[in-house]
Amino acid sequence: MEETKTAEPSRRDFLYVATVSVGAIGVALVAWPLIHQMNPDAAALALATTEVDISGIEPGMAVTVKWRGKPVFIRNRTDAEIAEARAVPLADLKDRDARNANLDGGADATDENRASGPDGRFLVMVGVCTHLGCVPLGEAGNFGGWFCPCHGSHYDTAGRIRTGPAPQNLEIPVLDFSDSMLRIG
Amino acid sequence: MDLHALTPYTPRSRPARWLERRLPIVGLVHSSFIAYPTPRNLNYWWTFGGILTFMLAVQIVTGVVLAMHYVPDATLAFDSVESIMRDVNYGWLIRYIHSNGASMFFIAVYIHMFRGLYYGSYKEPREVLWILGVILFLLMVATAFLGYVLPWGQMSFWAATVITNLFSAIPVIGEPITTWLWGGFSVDSPTLNRFFSLHYLLPFMIAGVVVLHIWALHVPGNNNPLGIQVKSRQDVLPFHPYYTSKDGFGLALFILLFAWFVFYQPNYLAHPDNYIPADPLQTPAHIVPEWYFLPFYAILRAIPDKLGGVIAFGGAIAVLFFVPWLDTSKVRSARFRPLYRQFFWILVATCIGLGYLGSQAPEGGYLLASRILTAYYFAHFLIIMPLLGFIEKPKPLPTSISQPVLTPGAAAAQAPPGAH
Repeated sequence: MEETKTAEPSRRDFLYVATVSVGAIGVALVAWPLIHQMNPDAAALALATTEVDISGIEPGMAVTVKWRGKPVFIRNRTDAEIAEARAVPLADLKDRDARNANLDGGADATDENRASGPDGRFLVMVGVCTHLGCVPLGEAGNFGGWFCPCHGSHYDTAGRIRTGPAPQNLEIPVLDFSDSMLRIG
Repeated sequence: MDLHALTPYTPRSRPARWLERRLPIVGLVHSSFIAYPTPRNLNYWWTFGGILTFMLAVQIVTGVVLAMHYVPDATLAFDSVESIMRDVNYGWLIRYIHSNGASMFFIAVYIHMFRGLYYGSYKEPREVLWILGVILFLLMVATAFLGYVLPWGQMSFWAATVITNLFSAIPVIGEPITTWLWGGFSVDSPTLNRFFSLHYLLPFMIAGVVVLHIWALHVPGNNNPLGIQVKSRQDVLPFHPYYTSKDGFGLALFILLFAWFVFYQPNYLAHPDNYIPADPLQTPAHIVPEWYFLPFYAILRAIPDKLGGVIAFGGAIAVLFFVPWLDTSKVRSARFRPLYRQFFWILVATCIGLGYLGSQAPEGGYLLASRILTAYYFAHFLIIMPLLGFIEKPKPLPTSISQPVLTPGAAAAQAPPGAH
């Protein structure tokens, strides 16, 4: 077929571009619902908070509760554990960010910025290793805190990563203490 | 010479002629699996392609049947698998065939892949054939992983957690991708349900790519243990009955081994912790993947950095895509490559070593050894393979496939021009 060489785009060029554009937008419009359907649905989002009575948790005791399908460690730490965590200089930490959803991003990973509850005795954090998501074991590892059996990450008594492949400190969720009740999320 | 004209299909009856003019499917099957000209010197390592096709069929048939009884819900999945084992008629047999079938599938695919590496089956003109094979392997890995999650035992649950968390290593978009994969904030019922859907889908995608793989095989024709081109009619045999019977015999032996596992050691290749129902609050003390993923798992753990480990894990498979261009030697078969032949066996030992290390705790000497072997694995493909082509002096190649068979020590009798 003979091509007509003109400086102006032809009627056929216009129809070609218009058809492809409409087709591409149409594909994108259909693709998004097919992708987004896999994101958490309304029922999953509705389970976003959990309430716990912490009055029975004595020093040295720990409980694990389920929040958004994940374990949350609530530990009333002993004086020795608190002293140990506070004595660690910031320079020794692998991740110096507090990873505390209650503070502004970039807060230092001091024990004060990680602890919660009355007198900073409590440590409440998501019990999911920041490496590949296993549940670390309590009162274990080289730093007396938590140890992840899957790939060997050691956390200290403030839940901060000290050695191993995990890149970050254990995450602290949004917390709200009121008397003996703790609301997570 | 047109090899595909070995003995072309001619429909004899009226209905056969009627069909062939409208859909030449009988002719296609005839030229692909009956008259197909196959090098006469293929050994038993070449029977694994047929064995793999058989295993795919076994997995699809048993899988479709299991799906009639399985319930993809976090509260019901474990019990539904137990009811398959105890209540469903022959459910124990069908499930053991399916679960051991996955292992047998991987035994066959690893032999098939190492066969390709030994005889240089990835070299020009079979690069696309090899790449399709690596895609098939990736699809198999994905399907096996998704299927392993379905019984919803402790190993299922934590395998799903660890593997989906690999995506969280990606900077910035890692977390949203992981949440999207889960359909929640952790591995839970929505995750299980979509894994079931995809586990049912992928085998049919594998079947589609298998068709492309066989197509890409039949254009250049089979490689062979000598690694030299087919030159004459005397170099080839029709696929049927010569290789249908050889493949059939190899398959029979393979089924014997398969049946031994199913009937005598059905849980030997499995992990006892997967008979404990999934518990999101407690990780088993020692989690390991199925045996066929252990070498890759060792590579993942060898790197002391989350993103680095994930990149090495993916890179260990991705490097296979480039093998046709990383190997700079023009000689295909390791029979004529004295140095490559030795490095090939070191690679086999390295992969087995990584497999062993993947099953051990990642500490001390085990961790050091897995770092050394991981470095060697990549060095084999990225340094040794490219260099060997330049330093190695290959042995002289025979002039044709038929020469050593028909007239040992003499020049090959060439077929007259125009002969079929």
